[in-house]
Amino acid sequence: MSHDYSLNPEKLHEDPAKVTHEGKNKFIGLWVFLGGETVLFASLFATYLALKNSTAGGPSSQEIFGLELVFIMTMLLLTSSLTSVYAIYHMKNHNFRKMQLWFGITAFLGLGFLACEIYEFAHYITDYGFTFRSSAFGSAFYTLVGFHGGHVIVGMSWLIALMVRNAKRGLNLYNAPKYNTFALYWHFIDVVWVFIFTVVYLMGMVS
Amino acid sequence: MGENTNIEKVNSFERQKNREEMKRQFILFASMIIFTILAFLLVAWDMDRTYVIPIIIVLAVIQVAFQFFYFMHMKDKGHEFVSILIYGGAWIAFVMAICFTTIIWW
Repeated sequence: MSHDYSLNPEKLHEDPAKVTHEGKNKFIGLWVFLGGETVLFASLFATYLALKNSTAGGPSSQEIFGLELVFIMTMLLLTSSLTSVYAIYHMKNHNFRKMQLWFGITAFLGLGFLACEIYEFAHYITDYGFTFRSSAFGSAFYTLVGFHGGHVIVGMSWLIALMVRNAKRGLNLYNAPKYNTFALYWHFIDVVWVFIFTVVYLMGMVS
Repeated sequence: MGENTNIEKVNSFERQKNREEMKRQFILFASMIIFTILAFLLVAWDMDRTYVIPIIIVLAVIQVAFQFFYFMHMKDKGHEFVSILIYGGAWIAFVMAICFTTIIWW
């Protein structure tokens, strides 16, 4: 390719994610995607709110939700949001190794979150017999929370692929926008979780 | 091409600016953690739902605003277009939630 993606020392003051035309397009493209995601999750949240009391004799939210596990999951995801901010901070300072380190910690926390969510769902299914087919509440709950969990899985695969693929390349103008778009996506996943723990879990627990 | 550039090349003014920004981000993160703990405590204390629900929703909205404006840099220059997208999405979310909870029922 004729493009030169190497970093120019005279232009280091610029955000490496937005120097190239491609980088700028990736940035806009991801935000358009996030706008669409907002509408997707809006419809899932609205459906959940409409159906959350339709338990059809099955378990209700007060009976099954536990604050402790949700609190741990929230802390894991919130902290992973901060660690990706740190990673982007090191990207702006052109420090590739530290960026990889902090993204590695982000991946570790994200996988911890996923493990908790899998445990949570397994716990509901085996201990309470609460499944996707239990009631309208069950369908709405698993669709909303499961969609978020699916986004976490996609994010983790994305991040790990990025980190492995670029491990020996170092930071340049070609891959900086890729890392930056991942970080934005990851913050958005955290935004959705803030509403999930508030609307689904906390509002589901107040009597 | 693709060499691991060293940090010394970034001029010190920019590094200073980045560091100050990072400090601000950390303070915001700490406040988000406090808001989260507060929301969980309010629910754990089993207070009246007429007070608890509006409070935890406000806490969530503040947290989300911090994420968008500071962690995702929506407050910075060059984010006018993306702000319209997110405000549009938030508006649709609001309308949908109102519609599904007040107009549609089974």
